Amino acid sequence: MSNLSRRKLILSGLTATAGVAGLGVAARLAQKYGLVPPDHGGLYGPGETLTYAAQRLLTRHSMAREFSRSQISPRPFPNELAPLTDDFKRLQAGGFADWRLTVDGMVHESASFSLSDLKSYPSRSHITEVVCEEGWSYIAEWIGVPLSHVLNLVGVHPQARYVVYTSTEPDTWDSIDMADALHPQTFLTYGMNGGELPVPHGGPLRMRLPRQIGYKSLKFINRLTVTDDMKKFGKGLGSAAREAGYAWYVGI
Amino acid sequence: METVGSAQGPVEVFAASSVPAVPARTVPPRHSVLVRITHWITTLCFFALLLTGAEIVISHPRFYWGETGNVLTKPLFQLHIPSSRKLVPTGYGYVLPDQNGWSRALHFQAAWLAVLTGLLYAISGFFTGHFRKNLLPGKSAFSWRVLWHEITDRLRLKRPSDADASSYNLLQRLSYLLVIFVLFPLVIWTGLALSPAFDSAFPATVTLLGGRQSARTLHFFVSVALVLFLLVHLMMIFLAGFWSRTRAMITGRIDARKEGT
Repeated sequence: MSNLSRRKLILSGLTATAGVAGLGVAARLAQKYGLVPPDHGGLYGPGETLTYAAQRLLTRHSMAREFSRSQISPRPFPNELAPLTDDFKRLQAGGFADWRLTVDGMVHESASFSLSDLKSYPSRSHITEVVCEEGWSYIAEWIGVPLSHVLNLVGVHPQARYVVYTSTEPDTWDSIDMADALHPQTFLTYGMNGGELPVPHGGPLRMRLPRQIGYKSLKFINRLTVTDDMKKFGKGLGSAAREAGYAWYVGI
Repeated sequence: METVGSAQGPVEVFAASSVPAVPARTVPPRHSVLVRITHWITTLCFFALLLTGAEIVISHPRFYWGETGNVLTKPLFQLHIPSSRKLVPTGYGYVLPDQNGWSRALHFQAAWLAVLTGLLYAISGFFTGHFRKNLLPGKSAFSWRVLWHEITDRLRLKRPSDADASSYNLLQRLSYLLVIFVLFPLVIWTGLALSPAFDSAFPATVTLLGGRQSARTLHFFVSVALVLFLLVHLMMIFLAGFWSRTRAMITGRIDARKEGT
């Protein structure tokens, strides 16, 4: 082997090692700063990861646009609703007095809240737009308790990374990262436009995230699970919607 | 055998003396490597964005003006096509299959690739003088009379002159500048305005456009303008000689003899 080709070999070897190491460091840094979504694999993984990472860096603390009372849509469109289950109808007949929200997972103490428990905490409201991935939108006032308040009550472990939330609708669950879970506009919503939250809009309890597309704001929430690993849930992609082909993070 | 330089200007020629039978390129390629690569990546992205954009529109083929709009409000206009959602009143007795999941994912992935490619093109275009040399009409080159001539010639489907094979004519220069510096930035801006997260960080993105639904309607109109450009662009390529122009954009070389075939 001539000196020249040996030098070439060593050089290209070093370059390749540096390249792989560089990519590894980038991936490690992205993981460390929470810039990799649970659905980062697959054909559309690169696009999903770029969108999530870019928006996480730009919007960690930014607030969704809020509107004036005069801009509230007179007829908010509730969208299609799956037929209500018998269990739900039974709870509805009882005025949702028996509705419970359980909180478990990586918390100091698992807990269960009734609606009146949730309503006894400081109530907050914001007038924000619901934005559907199909293109339509409306503005409403949303009243509830910030999710962060409930998470603080149960005490979240420092290594927690996601909050999984489950609906009473069959096979309906989703999750958000801690940046969204602790965001001041992320509500467990029980009221709308000055009144109770109507059932077609997700009453008695709806997750409301005004910085993401509407399908992330699940209706009929009855369980929260705090976790550090999305792989433990479903197919590990982060949400039931993602398993049906709809992105986990929907800031756009 | 390639033809030796003719009146049309830069073509491949053989070096007259020195090393015989070895073609020496005396002129730079018609399109630089960077222009050719970014052109085809953009083409690929554009078709992906067009297809997926159309799929997403089908789920709500109604357009509004202002901040909000939905099936309970009056549309500005609507496309008379069937929808992929049951609750959209279309007048058709059937609902198309839902394709929004992968359409949205591909739309955003293609948008990322298109924007990164566009940035590479724009930044290098400024540094290499591509915009100044190839696209900006020189002070003496611009005249309304010439522009009018070129427009009427194209409308009469007159084949472009052979000089156009090696350099852009005035109408071409202005169209490309419009697409690169007006329509592309506008379609990116109106698209970003549809992101509630991006708007939370930069609210002016959407408020300057007059609200979310205005942004969506404008996104649609700018896309239509880009499709119109594409149609005229393709028509002109066919008129000028499909294979020679396409080959020039792939290999970078023009062949004067075959020009127009």
